[in-house]
Amino acid sequence: MSQSTEAEVGTSTTAERQAVTSQPGVTPSRDWVIVTRGIKREYDMGGEIVRALRGVDIAIRRNEYVAIMGPSGSGKSTLMNLVGCLDTPTAGEYWLNGNLVSSMKDDELARIRNKEIGFVFQTFNLLPRATALHNVELPLVYAGMSAKQRRETAAYALERVQLTSRMHHKPNELSGGQRQRVAIARALVNSPSILLADEPTGNLDSATSQEIMKVFEELAEQGQTVIMVTHEADIAAHARRVVALHDGQVSSDTRRERFVRENEQVIAAKQ
Amino acid sequence: MLFFESIRLALNTIRAQKLKSFFTLLGVCIGVMFLIAVVSIVEGMGRYMEQDLIGKLIGVNSFELRHRPNINMGDVDPSVWESYRRRPRLYHDDVTPVVEALPEGTRWAIVSDNNLPVSSRYSGGPRNAQISAIEGEFFAIRKFVVAEGREFTPQELAMGTPVVIVGPDIVKRLFPGLNAIGRELRMGGLPYTVVGVLETQGSAFGLSFDNQVFAPWQSPVHRLLNRVPSIIDAVIVQVPTASQMTEAQERVRQVMRTRHKLRPGQPDNFSLQTSESALAFWNKLKRYLVLAGIALPAIGLVVGAIVIMNIMLVAVAERTREIGIRKALGARRVDILSQFLIEAATLSTVGAAVGIALGVGLAKVIAAISPLPATVAPWSIVVGVALGAGVGIISGVYPASRASMLDPIAALRQE
Ligand SMILES: Nc1ncnc2c1ncn2[C@@H]1O[C@H](COP(=O)(O)OP(=O)(O)O)[C@@H](O)[C@H]1O
Ligand SMILES: [Mg+2]
Repeated sequence: MSQSTEAEVGTSTTAERQAVTSQPGVTPSRDWVIVTRGIKREYDMGGEIVRALRGVDIAIRRNEYVAIMGPSGSGKSTLMNLVGCLDTPTAGEYWLNGNLVSSMKDDELARIRNKEIGFVFQTFNLLPRATALHNVELPLVYAGMSAKQRRETAAYALERVQLTSRMHHKPNELSGGQRQRVAIARALVNSPSILLADEPTGNLDSATSQEIMKVFEELAEQGQTVIMVTHEADIAAHARRVVALHDGQVSSDTRRERFVRENEQVIAAKQ
Repeated sequence: MLFFESIRLALNTIRAQKLKSFFTLLGVCIGVMFLIAVVSIVEGMGRYMEQDLIGKLIGVNSFELRHRPNINMGDVDPSVWESYRRRPRLYHDDVTPVVEALPEGTRWAIVSDNNLPVSSRYSGGPRNAQISAIEGEFFAIRKFVVAEGREFTPQELAMGTPVVIVGPDIVKRLFPGLNAIGRELRMGGLPYTVVGVLETQGSAFGLSFDNQVFAPWQSPVHRLLNRVPSIIDAVIVQVPTASQMTEAQERVRQVMRTRHKLRPGQPDNFSLQTSESALAFWNKLKRYLVLAGIALPAIGLVVGAIVIMNIMLVAVAERTREIGIRKALGARRVDILSQFLIEAATLSTVGAAVGIALGVGLAKVIAAISPLPATVAPWSIVVGVALGAGVGIISGVYPASRASMLDPIAALRQE
């Protein structure tokens, strides 16, 4: 048993996932970065209840590279916000690194976002008036790091995404791909447990999208846990595991190989 | 470090939006400017009154025996004036008993003065000047310095030699372009020889202290000053240290009460005037001036606070997305709150700094073009800066708390 876990770093089986998600109240073991148990998110729209998530069980092990796929309105962003600790569920449990996030207060959530989560957004969300370096420094500012150390750490993160030469440029002096790489550097700078990307290629042309996917792949290979939300099958096919969402529920959770086989036409048409 | 970060951000904003920042800061700037200027003028007048004017009128550690006070800046009601008018005058005969009663080491002088015409053959018509007849150590007590020539000799004072010491204005008017020493001027038809010229005393409120002529009391000049020639206006007494003031005053009081045959219980019918009694009125006036000096800037600061609050509300609305980004990256509520508070405080402090510079300039200009003296008080600069920061923080509280309460998801969705 322990041998098989060794061999399968960065993967998990359906049985293992079912085992960890079906025990309410039990703290998951440390190798599970994310465990959600029946999380729901409902919005009260003036009397009418919108059920964005209707009980989602997801378990993600350390070093996994997971895509969350689904059509528009299926609840992907809602799930992202919960996983990224920007929001708390209406019901259910959310465990991050063995900590029960679903019962945390505002400031605790901010601390978790700072230390454990690296966000990459579709629209980059860089501060327009700050340089690339300064944008990357920002999470370190809130982590309370000294200015000198901040600068060094941020410069190293930019080096990891090959942007050292653009360090002192402002976002409007950078191409879309470069902006997204700055965002990735910023997401990585605090060495987070998970890199969380919401439609990271949504605003990029296909060549640039491939470039960004390559960066993600490299990071995954280096051991970074990556969760990526997308509605495009060819982008999802870059992940090692694909979770499909439909109408606020998980409709399938498969390995890449099977996902590619089942979506061959869609992916081929894109390329 | 978040602190310096926020200050840097605020300064960037000011630099990026110069015109908008200028209008934002105008209120605080004007408020602080008036504060500094008004306080400087009040302080300057105060310093002048306390150290200069009063010191010149009444020397340090000294008091004047007079039949009634001559510096009346206070409100004296008519009945008091009436009683002053009925008081007996001081005579030259009073001087010796008073002086003999004084403690060891005390200086004394007597003086009578009046405004009278003075003439010389080097100028046109006669000019009015303040003529003082003196005896004793008058110049030493008043700290008058003879710049040219010499002081009176004891013989001249005792004999009543017709010699004079004059202020620089007299030289200008009666001896234009000439060395006055050794030349003659005329008062009451009699000639007097100039033996000394005083250093300039400057002026206050447009009043010159340099248009003065001093002569020995014993000289014929004293006949010109009072209807009864033996009347003197004041005996001036200066003790070596402040602690001896009361003792010296008490001795003079007893001598005068005896000489005026006052029974116990009867009030004094003479005055012992100190610089404090003259200052009392000034202190009252100063309080009103300071109040005015606070009310005027307060209006500017209130307007400034409202403007800054509005500008900050706009900034929070414009930067909703930035706030969302910061929250997503781990900023807590206090981080956002303090960022906007510090930004408002920085804005406002910059306005205050500009206001201080303008206020100091305004005070200097006023001092230069008007007779009002102005000294910039260090405390007013401290208060100015503190007010600037305070106004910023107060007006930033509401916008900053709005910013800190924003929901990060909604904030990130904003375009
Ligand atoms: N803040 C909100 N208030 C009300 N309804 C919302 C809100 N956010 C999302 N929803 C609804 O929840 C459902 C899922 O939305 P979302 O998670 O954004 O889907 P996706 O990202 O997959 O397009 C949609 O029906 C959407 O209208
Ligand atoms: Mg979405």
